[in-house]
Amino acid sequence: MIVAEQKPFQEIYESVREHQNLLILGCGTCVTVCMAGGEREVGILANQIRLAAKEENRKMEVLEHTITRQCDEEFFDSTVSSSIREADAVLSLGCGVGVQHIVELFDEVPIHPGLNTQFFGANLQQGLWGERCAGCGECVLDTYEGICPVARCSKSMMNGPCGGSSNGMCEVDPENTPCAWQLIIDRMTKLNKLDKLMENQPPKNWSRDRHGGPRRTQREDMTL
Amino acid sequence: MEPNIIAFCCHYCAFTAADLAGTMRQQYPANIHIVRLPCTGKVDINMLLRAFVDEADGVMVAGCEVGSCHFLEGNIRAKKRVEYAKRKLEEVGINPEKLEMFHIAASEGPLFAQTARDFTDKIRRMIQQESQIEQGSEGQKKKEQIAEPVDNRKEENDRSTGAM
Ligand code: SF4
Ligand code: SF4
Repeated sequence: MIVAEQKPFQEIYESVREHQNLLILGCGTCVTVCMAGGEREVGILANQIRLAAKEENRKMEVLEHTITRQCDEEFFDSTVSSSIREADAVLSLGCGVGVQHIVELFDEVPIHPGLNTQFFGANLQQGLWGERCAGCGECVLDTYEGICPVARCSKSMMNGPCGGSSNGMCEVDPENTPCAWQLIIDRMTKLNKLDKLMENQPPKNWSRDRHGGPRRTQREDMTL
Repeated sequence: MEPNIIAFCCHYCAFTAADLAGTMRQQYPANIHIVRLPCTGKVDINMLLRAFVDEADGVMVAGCEVGSCHFLEGNIRAKKRVEYAKRKLEEVGINPEKLEMFHIAASEGPLFAQTARDFTDKIRRMIQQESQIEQGSEGQKKKEQIAEPVDNRKEENDRSTGAM
């Protein structure tokens, strides 16, 4: 899923404090699971904004609403659409995709982002998420027995490890980040496939990553 | 005016202690509004913030003693949430000490009454200090407003000197 975290409160408040009628719109999918922008976080932020406005004697109406997915037009029903149009501004707690999708659907309303979108990740334990995929467009997990060097090696090395791997940890963040190449070697050892690493991997085709410009995907059979 | 205090109390310990305090004829301020929860583990950050939005001056969360939670770890989870909510209050400029967590066993009626009295006193003092600061800064603002035209002229003079 897409993992995000909330922007610092002061940054959010500065961006919305001039609006008298603010709608905070949460998203019920990824950012609900990573506890950054679901119904609960919308409630917390709405209460914080109400309190901050009260502290400076500012009149501000804060509405709360959360929809299933901000990145899908079908979830913008007539109720939420009219709340968006009636608001002075919308503070979206969706990921960057959600924010931009609202901008595309409601081009007359100012939209502010409430989250910093971070990565595609897995839930490692309650309250902790870690990056696992960087959406490179041409998956090489098969070559590396299911451990991604693009997203999990700090230097995205296709032929590793580098000299900074020590005690199984990466030199870039030895406290928290395991060396992806240590993980790859450990896994290959376990599967008896270490000889696979004798093969030198050619440079990856990055044109299918972000480096080839914005991407789109189409399923001909599904388009109307 | 007495401060408006909301106390979220767990059914098994703090609420029973509050009840006992009453039975024992212990005095504690009447401005404390008790909300009974099955366990302090039910405490949600939003509940705590909402209390402040709805005009609470102080919020207490009172659960069992550490190690004797009826639901094992509810009070430990509540403590973490209270800490988080305190940070959220601080971010909006509210003194985080207006929210506190306490551990009070079911048999400790007098402790409940004492805690309620102490917390009320603390909140009352904070409100007084805040209003003094506010009055002080308003006085300061008025002074600045009177002084402003003089300052403007000075600035204009400075600027014209600079242009030469
Ligand atoms: S190789 Fe590319 S697509 Fe596959 S997991 Fe890594 S970043 Fe994601
Ligand atoms: S130590 Fe490991 S994970 Fe870190 S940059 Fe080097 S090879 Fe990549």
